[in-house]
Amino acid sequence: MKKVEAVIKPFKLDEVKSALSQIGVQGLTVSEVRGFGRQKGHKEQYRGTEYTVDLVPKVKIEVVVADASAPAVVEAIVRSAKTGEIGDGKIFVSNLEQVVRIRTGEKGEAAV
Amino acid sequence: MRTQGRWVWKLCVVLGVGLASSAAWAVSQTETSASTQSFADMAAKVKETAYNTKFMADTVWTLVTAMLVFFMNLGFACVETGLCRSKNAVNILSKNFIVFAVSTVGYWVLGWGIMFGDGGWFAGTNGLWFVGGKDNSPSYAGTDKAAEALMGAYDGDYDAIAWSTTPLWCKFFFQLVFCGTAATIVSGAVAERIKYKSFIVFSFIMAIFIYPVVGHWIWGGGWAGSGGFLDFAGSTQVHSIGGWAALAGIIILGPRIGKYTADGKVNPIPGHNMGLATIGCFVLWLGWFGFNPGSTMAAAPNDIALICNTTNMAAAVATLTATITTWILMGKPDLGMTLNGCLAGLVAITAPCAFVSVGNSAIIGAVAGVLVVLSVIFWDKVKIDDPVGALSVHLVNGVFGTICVGLFHKDLGLFTSDKGAGQLWTQLKGIGGTAVYVFGLSLLAWTVLKFTMGIRVPAEEEVQGLDLGEHGQEAYPGFQMVQK
Repeated sequence: MKKVEAVIKPFKLDEVKSALSQIGVQGLTVSEVRGFGRQKGHKEQYRGTEYTVDLVPKVKIEVVVADASAPAVVEAIVRSAKTGEIGDGKIFVSNLEQVVRIRTGEKGEAAV
Repeated sequence: MRTQGRWVWKLCVVLGVGLASSAAWAVSQTETSASTQSFADMAAKVKETAYNTKFMADTVWTLVTAMLVFFMNLGFACVETGLCRSKNAVNILSKNFIVFAVSTVGYWVLGWGIMFGDGGWFAGTNGLWFVGGKDNSPSYAGTDKAAEALMGAYDGDYDAIAWSTTPLWCKFFFQLVFCGTAATIVSGAVAERIKYKSFIVFSFIMAIFIYPVVGHWIWGGGWAGSGGFLDFAGSTQVHSIGGWAALAGIIILGPRIGKYTADGKVNPIPGHNMGLATIGCFVLWLGWFGFNPGSTMAAAPNDIALICNTTNMAAAVATLTATITTWILMGKPDLGMTLNGCLAGLVAITAPCAFVSVGNSAIIGAVAGVLVVLSVIFWDKVKIDDPVGALSVHLVNGVFGTICVGLFHKDLGLFTSDKGAGQLWTQLKGIGGTAVYVFGLSLLAWTVLKFTMGIRVPAEEEVQGLDLGEHGQEAYPGFQMVQK
């Protein structure tokens, strides 16, 4: 089983969700995060003083899928989250040791 | 239904005719025949009715405008809370709420008496305690001699305010809400690091010893007013007093942790809710329509109509010039500066509002809007940390507005009459005397408090947020917010 974590631009969330559901992904977790990569931050002002905001709001999506589905998930996210501008984000794919469905106690790929 | 309606209507007509006839008959029984009643007596009765109507109108007007000024406490609470961080919201709301309760009690116990009691050049000496002096309000001292002769002269301990044809408790209530306004100005300047109990103690000092003494000078028969100093609704009396006390507090208190770095950099600490700040500013703008026109303490149609417009015009133009100024200086229009601009215009017009034309009020507002933006930037440059711009709005523009009386007064102004700079000089004297007394006494009070009960929260509490440290609660329980 693989966990696919994607940090994307917040306004792309709906598109990514649609793309994932179209390829059959049945569950995901979304969290609001802040971060920066090569995008760096931006300048803001408040009452006469300028300052830099380093941490830019992003959305992190986590999807757990069977090994075979991971490439399709990555491709769907790349396709739907891309704008071509700096700050589009990154995807991290990792191996999962165990997955459990709490309601039924199913383990492994049956729980995905 | 319609037949029922017609029946009720007929009954009303019958009752009305019956009542009118009875009244006419009753009136005719009380008068002796026309030949024995003097014309002067009848004229006096008519005049008496007219004066009683004035009494009624003046009282209702004064009380309703006082309620609008009371409502300004909500405005201050919202502006200050919105412009500060969420971790301090409960504390700022608490300060703004409790300060009116403190002002009410302090002003009732002794403040009113010091301010309006008959006395000397410095303070009142009669009728000091609990608004308990001798008083036979209303008097018509402010109307005309004929009115005073007919209705009776004023005989009591509060001569300085006898000109207002309203009951004593109406005068007290109106003056009380002004005292409350001055006291609440301080809370924004000391926000995010002041100890709650020290603020409460200082507010009592403000309501009893600081505000009323100057009030006695300006409106209570003391040296400033008697010397010709003019401050219609309180640019000096309310706003600059709050401003000087705030400045003293900031100096003794010190800046917030993280506001200024050792190498001289200024770190902005953005407010957490611009919606609340904007609501507050609107509420203050509305409340000012009680603050300024209400200070006639009389339902004088021409005056109150003019004052509503000088007030509004200054606010509107100041809003525009503040926005333009910050747009030019910073590249984009900062909402906080726009809001401060509006308030600056209102503060600046508060002293001259009854004495200037609407055109001149636009000029006053225009300058006030620019002044407040430059002032906000200035105070940060000299490392005076004022989280909400209280100094720039109330102190700087309170002084400016007072000066404007000397410049734009329609009969006495340097620019608008041929009387020269005499009034301007009188204004400067009043500003100076107020500065010395208020700033001096406030510095003393804050210093004494600092070395007795302490005025600043510990550093860990300041970083964690005063809501938990001072009040043991959060403003937004359950919300995950990244704190700075």
